[in-house]
Amino acid sequence: MTGLKQILTIIQKDLILEMRSKEIIVSMLVFSLIVVAVFNFIFDPGSEQIRTTAPGILWIAIIFASNLGLSRSFAREHENAHMQGILLCPVDRSLLYIAKVIGNIIFITIVEIISLPVMVVLFDLDLHGVLPLLLLVLFLGTLGFAGVGTLFSTISANTKSREVMLPILLFPVTIPIILAASKSTSYLLAGRDITQIWSWMRILIIFDVIFLVVCFLLYEYVLEE
Amino acid sequence: MDKKYLIPILLSYVAILTALYFAFLYAPTERTMGDVQRIFYFHVPSAWVSFLAFFVVCIASIAFLRTGKESWDILAASSAEIGVLFITIVLLTGPMWAKPVWNTFWTWDARLTTSFILWLIYIAYLMLRSYVHDKERGARFAAVFGIIGFLDVPIVYMSIRWWRTLHPAPVMGGKQGSGLAPEMLMTLMICLGAFTVLFATLLFLRYKTGMVATEFERLKNKIHS
Amino acid sequence: MIKVRNISKSFASNQALQDVTFQIQKGQFVTLLGANGAGKTTLTRILATLTRPTKGTVQIAGYAIDKDPIAVRRQIGVMSHFSFLYGDLSAEENLHFYGKMYGVQNLQNRIDELLHQVNLHTRRYDLVRTFSRGMQQRLSLARAILHHPDILLLDEPFAGLDVNAHKMLNDLLHNFIAHDSTVLLTTHDIDYAVNNSHRLIIIKDGRVIADDPTASITTDHIKNLLADKSK
Repeated sequence: MTGLKQILTIIQKDLILEMRSKEIIVSMLVFSLIVVAVFNFIFDPGSEQIRTTAPGILWIAIIFASNLGLSRSFAREHENAHMQGILLCPVDRSLLYIAKVIGNIIFITIVEIISLPVMVVLFDLDLHGVLPLLLLVLFLGTLGFAGVGTLFSTISANTKSREVMLPILLFPVTIPIILAASKSTSYLLAGRDITQIWSWMRILIIFDVIFLVVCFLLYEYVLEE
Repeated sequence: MDKKYLIPILLSYVAILTALYFAFLYAPTERTMGDVQRIFYFHVPSAWVSFLAFFVVCIASIAFLRTGKESWDILAASSAEIGVLFITIVLLTGPMWAKPVWNTFWTWDARLTTSFILWLIYIAYLMLRSYVHDKERGARFAAVFGIIGFLDVPIVYMSIRWWRTLHPAPVMGGKQGSGLAPEMLMTLMICLGAFTVLFATLLFLRYKTGMVATEFERLKNKIHS
Repeated sequence: MIKVRNISKSFASNQALQDVTFQIQKGQFVTLLGANGAGKTTLTRILATLTRPTKGTVQIAGYAIDKDPIAVRRQIGVMSHFSFLYGDLSAEENLHFYGKMYGVQNLQNRIDELLHQVNLHTRRYDLVRTFSRGMQQRLSLARAILHHPDILLLDEPFAGLDVNAHKMLNDLLHNFIAHDSTVLLTTHDIDYAVNNSHRLIIIKDGRVIADDPTASITTDHIKNLLADKSK
């Protein structure tokens, strides 16, 4: 019970800080919209090509923006040795992992909720009847990516060039998650058969579980000084 | 030279000479592919050695996290360096062989793609090692990344395989291995053995060098204080 | 209260601590002296459960730091030259956050009491980033004693403080000792250590080279022990 309260306290604190500074969400949001805009120029706007690549663009926007947000959120805990302050509290190390993953998921989800409608308009996507499943896929992809990202951004925050280190660690390892998430999304938007969509979603869920369990178990080792 | 160094060096010397003899003189020329097929006797053993090396990284990393003994960290670092060397050989010899045989340098099949991602992951691993301030913490970070990186291997492989089988992309002919002539199989086995001996020797020497370097640093510190 | 037995901390070529042993009784004010890199910070971090010793055991208030770190953390308050405070939260919000993390009972009353004690009650709703260094350190002290710890670990708390803040912090420390609590201070300020603490532990190159009551050791002697570095 105290553990749950501590998790909520940390998440609440992160949300208040973000509401005051807005630096993470705003930078992520602007970045994801820039990605969408740039890709619109690379492919011909309005063409059939861009509609088939839209799911890929969506995920590129999400993972690049998330990468930015993750590295900011840990740099912030680093400024005044806040992480040390939290580590001094009587709280289980693994609960910190859960709190941080949830916090990061909230930030990324807010960005997704705002950039998704923009993409729907810009790329003329038809979400009729697929929206609930699409949201589920977005959540599952975000869960896995944030799960690994939380661990790796704790690592990169303690290295010499943290902004460079995070994507170098994070992207190659999360390729399976990115692949499964973007495949689920493209099948979904292409109106494929539910069994085909489900086959990719099932893989995504399995990967999420594996990555979250492993990162959860390893997190305390990266916290110890 | 000390016997304990001389023996493994001589052993790998003999092993590699034997492998060269078998690969270039003993093994018959492949009927359709010609002499270029001989690269196979170096390509496959290199791939095997790189997997073995990354497996050692994973095991040594787990042992390091459990015991905190720096020798495990040195072993993991040594093995990762050798693994990167051999996976680079795999990525170089692959296209050399593929171009004349498949008429393309690269194809995104499961094995190639996995090797490429592995290469990225372990380059990141080596970068991470050189980007940390605190040696002990850095070793722990590397261990955590080394474990996740290796667990990622089957996940990446499965996801790419699943991706490729669902996408009936240009199938570039079945790979070698099925219906191999007995002489060829024999040569492959000998090359695998020779490369494993070479790996063991390199790992042993690199590990010893790492231990000596640490000891040297320690003595230097002792004199200064 | 604090029992340190034969601890060593080493990694690769770096031997941070070597066979350090000491005990601190309840109510004692002990100062840890040593040059930069002597191992003071490593030792404080071990006692604060932030890092683990390679060898040896540490017991704090009867709990082993490796077996029961959470119980240890409840007993200790830590203050360092980092304030651990969030600049974008107000003084009260900072204390509220840490109070909830520690599970402090009657948190609001406790916060009121502490803010008065460190004389920040008039600035309670202001963001911490508008505070001076001295005010931040005062708030940091309030944060460190929020959960009524029996033991205070202080790592260079006076660094960068003005005279006023220094005096206030000093008064608070003595008040703390008067209530039978234990203090372990790390500082460079030899005069302060000699004038205020009961006992001095001097470490050099990771070893304890002196452990004496303050009364039996002179400032010059300490300076000699510390300066003797080149040989």
